[in-house]
Amino acid sequence: MLAAGSSSDLAFPILSMLILLPVAGAALIVLLSKRRPEYMKLVAAISSVATAAMSVWLTVEFDRADDGFQFVSKQPWIDQWGIGWHLGVDGISLFLVLLTGVLFPLAILGIDPHNDDPAQDKPYFAWLLLLEAGVMGAFLSLDLFLFFVFFEIVLVPMYFLIGGWGYERREYAATKFFLYTMVGSAFMFVSIMATVFIASRNGVNGITFDLVEIAENASFATSTGRWLFFGFAIAFAVKVPVFPLHTWLPDAHTQAPTAGSVVLAGVMLKLGTYGLLRFGLYLFPEAAHWSRSLWLTLAVIGITYGAIAATMQKDLKRLVAYSSVAHLGFIVLGTFAFTSEAITGSVMQMVNHGVSTGALFLLVGMIYERRHTRQISELKGLQAVAPIFAAAFLLVTLSSIGVPGLNGFVGEFLILIGSFGTARWWVVIAAAGVILAALYLLWAYQRVFHGEPDEANKTFPELKLKEALVLLPFIGVIVFTGIYPKPMLERIEPAVDRLIAHVEDRGGFEIDRPTVIEHESPAGEDDEAHDAETAEAGE
Amino acid sequence: MLDVIWLIPAFPLVGFLLILVFGRRLGEPGAGYLAAGAVLGSFVVSVGAYFDLLSRDAEERSHIETVFSWVPVSQLQVDMAFLADPLSITMCLFVTGIAFLIHLFAIGYMHGDPKFSKFFLYLNLFVLSMTLLVLGENLLVTFLGWEGVGTCSYLLISFWHTKDANASAGKKAFVTNRIGDWGFMLAMFLGFWAVGSVSYVALNEAAEAGSLATSTATGIALLLFVGAVGKSAQLPLYVWLPDAMAGPTPVSALIHAATMVTAGVFLMVRMNPMLTAAADWAPTLIAWVGAITALFAATIALAQNDIKKVLAYSTVSQLGYMFLAVGSGAYVAAIFHMITHAFFKALMFLGSGSVIHGMHEEQDMRKMGALRKFMPVTAATFIIGWLAIAGVPPFAGFWSKDEILLFTLAERGVVLYVIGLVTAVLTAFYMTRQVLMVFFGDAKWGSHANEAEAAQLEVTPDTAADPPVTHGAHGEFKPHESPPIMLVPLVVLAGLAMVGGVIQLPSFGFIPKSWQYRLEHWLEPVVEFGEAQIKDSSAYGNKELLALLAIACALAGIAAAVAIYSKKLREPIEPEILAEGWRYDWAISAFMGGPGRKMFDAVAWFDKTIVDGAVNGSARVVSGAAGQLRRGQTGNVRNYAGILGVGVVLLLAWFVIGRGVL
Repeated sequence: MLAAGSSSDLAFPILSMLILLPVAGAALIVLLSKRRPEYMKLVAAISSVATAAMSVWLTVEFDRADDGFQFVSKQPWIDQWGIGWHLGVDGISLFLVLLTGVLFPLAILGIDPHNDDPAQDKPYFAWLLLLEAGVMGAFLSLDLFLFFVFFEIVLVPMYFLIGGWGYERREYAATKFFLYTMVGSAFMFVSIMATVFIASRNGVNGITFDLVEIAENASFATSTGRWLFFGFAIAFAVKVPVFPLHTWLPDAHTQAPTAGSVVLAGVMLKLGTYGLLRFGLYLFPEAAHWSRSLWLTLAVIGITYGAIAATMQKDLKRLVAYSSVAHLGFIVLGTFAFTSEAITGSVMQMVNHGVSTGALFLLVGMIYERRHTRQISELKGLQAVAPIFAAAFLLVTLSSIGVPGLNGFVGEFLILIGSFGTARWWVVIAAAGVILAALYLLWAYQRVFHGEPDEANKTFPELKLKEALVLLPFIGVIVFTGIYPKPMLERIEPAVDRLIAHVEDRGGFEIDRPTVIEHESPAGEDDEAHDAETAEAGE
Repeated sequence: MLDVIWLIPAFPLVGFLLILVFGRRLGEPGAGYLAAGAVLGSFVVSVGAYFDLLSRDAEERSHIETVFSWVPVSQLQVDMAFLADPLSITMCLFVTGIAFLIHLFAIGYMHGDPKFSKFFLYLNLFVLSMTLLVLGENLLVTFLGWEGVGTCSYLLISFWHTKDANASAGKKAFVTNRIGDWGFMLAMFLGFWAVGSVSYVALNEAAEAGSLATSTATGIALLLFVGAVGKSAQLPLYVWLPDAMAGPTPVSALIHAATMVTAGVFLMVRMNPMLTAAADWAPTLIAWVGAITALFAATIALAQNDIKKVLAYSTVSQLGYMFLAVGSGAYVAAIFHMITHAFFKALMFLGSGSVIHGMHEEQDMRKMGALRKFMPVTAATFIIGWLAIAGVPPFAGFWSKDEILLFTLAERGVVLYVIGLVTAVLTAFYMTRQVLMVFFGDAKWGSHANEAEAAQLEVTPDTAADPPVTHGAHGEFKPHESPPIMLVPLVVLAGLAMVGGVIQLPSFGFIPKSWQYRLEHWLEPVVEFGEAQIKDSSAYGNKELLALLAIACALAGIAAAVAIYSKKLREPIEPEILAEGWRYDWAISAFMGGPGRKMFDAVAWFDKTIVDGAVNGSARVVSGAAGQLRRGQTGNVRNYAGILGVGVVLLLAWFVIGRGVL
């Protein structure tokens, strides 16, 4: 059940290149002399821009009619254990790959790490590139072992980025982030091993770590499936993070350097929600469906609780971090609603949250560079002195609030409307989270940007050209996706529908669909007139 | 013209984009004229579309124009599509028409403001959103406009953002509206799962065909009403509207009186088949909410001293009338009143803007008086607006209010009718009070009145003859009439407020048949399913008598106000509790600032201490145990495999300790 359409398979191993290019860049940086720091950024820029170009090319070449994995690359790696270098991309991972590809060069080119010692540039850029390779690999892997390796690899550069370039409490935050995630991963590791061995005796021929092979052929006993699912799920729940496993996130976000926060919010958190879809639902449909009430409840708690906690934060960066807890709650809600609209919305929201929150962290980073504080109470009246900066901040804020016409709305709306039929009362509460989002973000905006600027804020510099150039792609995506999400939706949906069909088939249950009432106008000819008019207008 | 209906939102969109790019270069007044021109373009297209529809047979006056596929996922196929029918075109006509006049006015009003072009940027964005709202073919396009106007409202209320009060008012408006949006969204969700679509045609046809369960229809109707309550400032969510007066006065006229706040009424009329298919108590509830809001806000308006606050509470009250009409099945009357209200209330807001302009930013009516001598055009047009809202025939407001009251009596009985009548008396009273305080009596702006003295002055105006001293920081000044660009819109709106009633005249004997019920005939294809039939009721039989009663009420209200505020026959009764809006807003603020904030703080504390505390606590326990185990290891800890090993060890530790503790 691999990619059906060979038309979309390039002769060129594009997916492997997406991972290897940043690795090569990192390797080159390691080999370069410490005394030539100016080359570090250049190499990092070249390899990340090349990766970005390739991810754009991948998106262009992607066949939107094909619901399976495309550009599949399958090489034996550790053959005797059934471990393969198996990569593939489908609608669910495509835009996450694109986001990863585009986000890194922006972070590398646009954010100054402020190294006092230029020699520090070398490890900084090397770690960033290694991080990119890891994230790419995790989104592209179709082999359980390979995925686990990448999933774990990303921790190492992130640990050093937070610990080496972070703020006051960076070591505490880095350690907490590392250990917390490791504990979750340990469960997954056990689960992966067990899954492979149990699968080899239940439907799969021999030992293999191949995700597709196992998902399509293995049949687990109900209780076995549930145990295995929870092994995976705990690792992903920590990564998302799902309440109450979220407390590493505000610390890590707040203490990480700007580039770290952007990447962390932009793509790394999605490893959790992506994992739930790609591995949780795909491998263990029955268990996922059986435990859905738990997930929905935790998701809704995350939405409201994260929003309330965000409201009361005094540190701007921490506030954005808590807003992530709320936003990611929506994604979990959509995932466990099991409808096409909701899961498509979840995938949208993964990308959109990456764009909006990534941009927010960028902007907060710019504020910190100017004022050397993140405390909301020390900022005031910035709109009066830096109106363009304020406008950019407000646009991103509105996108994060989920105002229609901007990107954030599309995902949130699809999640809520898609989940309503299968998780009605959860949606009723989750929709209230939309009110809270407006409250905490606009309140923060008011305190930071409105009012009369005091002495310390009077000299706040306006947005610089370089900063504007970094923000422009974010703003472009925010507006374009909000107005015309179809190019994304039509590429995501086939893969989602295929996943849902698989889930229904293997899970042995049916998912509710909306009642459809055909238009039956009492005056039938009215309708015909309508149609005729529409047709006319179409010409 | 119908196939280019998309031009209606396209014009302000282009205006918005041009000002966004060239705004600073255009500056003043270029940006203003560009914005006004864009809105005029929309108005012209609306007029064209109107005649295009008119040339068709009544049953065929509906046209859907799809621009592109917006949110297509699985069963949910939402198009960016516009529905041109009598209702949407009516809305477009008066929205773009009034918006054009207000744009003109604003060119004068915003003169000299450093953010001149930005103001028109927002204003064009607002018109874009508002036209999307009314033209939407489905609930989602309407919701796009709905949130768009809300966002513009936020931007414009906090336009002068360096003042904290303005910033708070903007945020309050947005958040309160969002409470309503919660209902709007759930209504969409419920509708989608019941019908498989969010398009108006599909939802309304399902409701008309009876293929929806009553409970579903009730749910959709009432959830939409929750949205309408937020947007149209009804109880209990009206609190944002009086504060919204912090915005520049043209904004108050356009957004917070004539157009945006009526969006809720529009939505209910658009979905009238759903309301009809709902359980009987649903429209009754709407009628009650409307009536109580109308009365409640009118009582507050009695004691306001800020010229714009009076108009703000009056707007809330008049919107209450519109919901009373909706709840009584009088959809035509609701739209009728919406239009006449847009005329006279936009007129009065602009008039108050002219006054504020002439008085150098003074808004306290206690420091005004006698302005008719200095601002004759403003005064004359304001007086026309006053007669219209007070319900004096033949001005526009009389006809629309009278029709609402007629339907109320016929459909909802005598209690709500009496509430409506009492509100009419109060309306006439407080509007007369305002006109007298601002334009008649003695000039109080010459006096150097501080707050305390001003309050006394009001009670005993004789003391106003104190030696005239400087007024605020402006030195010796005389109120001046506004420039022509501000007066032209006033005159046009005054004309409309005078004769606006002709679009829907009742079947009184002396009115030619062809002049009767024109709006009703025009809107019939949209409302015929939901519109209440009252021709057989006794109320309808006695409609001339009822009209006379309404006129008597209006005159009584005016007479009482004249007696108190002009002839000084009695001391004014303006209890503190009314001036403070029944302390409703105060109670909400007290709750939010007190227990509400404590609750939020408790959550933050819980997160920090309990949830995170548990994590750090267990980490300490584990690290203690792991430290013991690590001694036995010799490998390089930084080595990735080693880390993996620690992970597995941690896992074991977690099991052991986790089981032991939990």
